[in-house]
Amino acid sequence: MKTLKLTIAILILAATTTYGQRYITKTGHIWFHSEAPLETIEAHNNQVNSALDLTTGAFVFKVLMKSFIFEKALMQEHFNENYVESDKFPNATFQGKVTNIDDIDFQKEGSYDAEISGELTIHGITNKVDANGTFDVHPDMIAGTSKFTLLIADYNISIPGAVAGKISEEIEINVDLKLKELKK
Amino acid sequence: MNWKFTYLILIILGLQISLFSQEDDLMDMFADEEPTIEYADATFKTTILVIGQTIENPLNGTLLFNVQHRFGPVNSGWYDFFGLDQANTRIGFQYGITDWLGIGIGRSSYQKTYDGWVKVKILRQSKGLRKMPLSIDYFGSMGISALKWPEPDRTNYFSSRLSYANLILIARKFSPGVSLQLMPAHVHYNLVETKADDNDVFSIGAGGRFKVSKRISINLEYYYILSAQTRKQFTDPFSIGIDIETGGHVFQLYATNAEGIIEQHFIARTSGDWLNGDIHIGFNISRAFTIKKPKEFRK
Repeated sequence: MKTLKLTIAILILAATTTYGQRYITKTGHIWFHSEAPLETIEAHNNQVNSALDLTTGAFVFKVLMKSFIFEKALMQEHFNENYVESDKFPNATFQGKVTNIDDIDFQKEGSYDAEISGELTIHGITNKVDANGTFDVHPDMIAGTSKFTLLIADYNISIPGAVAGKISEEIEINVDLKLKELKK
Repeated sequence: MNWKFTYLILIILGLQISLFSQEDDLMDMFADEEPTIEYADATFKTTILVIGQTIENPLNGTLLFNVQHRFGPVNSGWYDFFGLDQANTRIGFQYGITDWLGIGIGRSSYQKTYDGWVKVKILRQSKGLRKMPLSIDYFGSMGISALKWPEPDRTNYFSSRLSYANLILIARKFSPGVSLQLMPAHVHYNLVETKADDNDVFSIGAGGRFKVSKRISINLEYYYILSAQTRKQFTDPFSIGIDIETGGHVFQLYATNAEGIIEQHFIARTSGDWLNGDIHIGFNISRAFTIKKPKEFRK
């Protein structure tokens, strides 16, 4: 009888921990910025999917490329048509880990530095990416921010000769998430 | 006690395994997203196919400044430097009021004509949540000729200066590289030269674009005159051009047997013949200005 009680207790505990350890958002904000002498390019995406597993540190992103909004509508069309080819490669994904997850106390409010490492896929090309970020733990959510740069050339995105001077080869990526506990 | 301990270990192990499997399927949470309507974007690169309209509207909140330039016929020879001495230009502006409504104004040197038009998207090709095989637009234009009256002494009416064009544009983007379009057209002239001439001319156009690289496409456009009387007097306009995309702009270079730039002037008033060498070289350039910024950029 005692064994049964213990088993049930463990099972309940197991159930709560498995669901309690996942944080998720579908409205994350990612924006990128590149500055060049002639043209500053900036685009915002407010429909970013992301999930974080607090126990294992597993961290994923899924970004619909067509949801990036540019200041100039024409630029947005060219971004989807010619640069990232959104019809062929509709999503960018990141699959990785928060490598220092054990240093972050998600039970205690505060700001924690995070080291993130994983594989970023854009335009069908996958590269290993390391980035630093911050997790701000709040009672009802975890705010995650990060800023890193990547090279357009690493993702096989070609810039036509005519605009080569106009577009920077480096793109600064900003991430801003408000992750909420996943309840089932 | 020992037995209970083993049992506990087994449960913890089981729990561990379930935790590890969780890690892999974190991404799966986003696998079955709600389907959305995916519109076929950029069926054509610009609002102009070669010399006529495409189903593309000026993008929402974007003002386009257009220069459409046409040289004289190539068969005019050395004396006119193969047509380059003569020029016929339309300068115009167009603006996207919404995603489905565009307006434009312009002025052609050909018959000193002012024009104003509206283009309304009726259907948009899409897949996903809503499946629509075609895009359909209505294009309506009015032209006002500002030429001096040939006979100023007789009673001349302002209405005689007016001409109209009504087009239904039907297009489908078959693949990223191939888009085709059909254009049933009606052109009306308030005043024609003789009683026998058609005031109303019907025509059917067909055209397409074929991408040869990411940024270059070959475009074709042809209008077939259906009205019998006009068919006897005029020729069908046939045009071939290339679109070259240079960053934010599209440059179009083409050859056509038509002299006129607006629909009223080329659909039913083309007299040049390709076989005679009545070929005009022309180009279109445009510059886009963002008037209405998306909310992400309003400060």
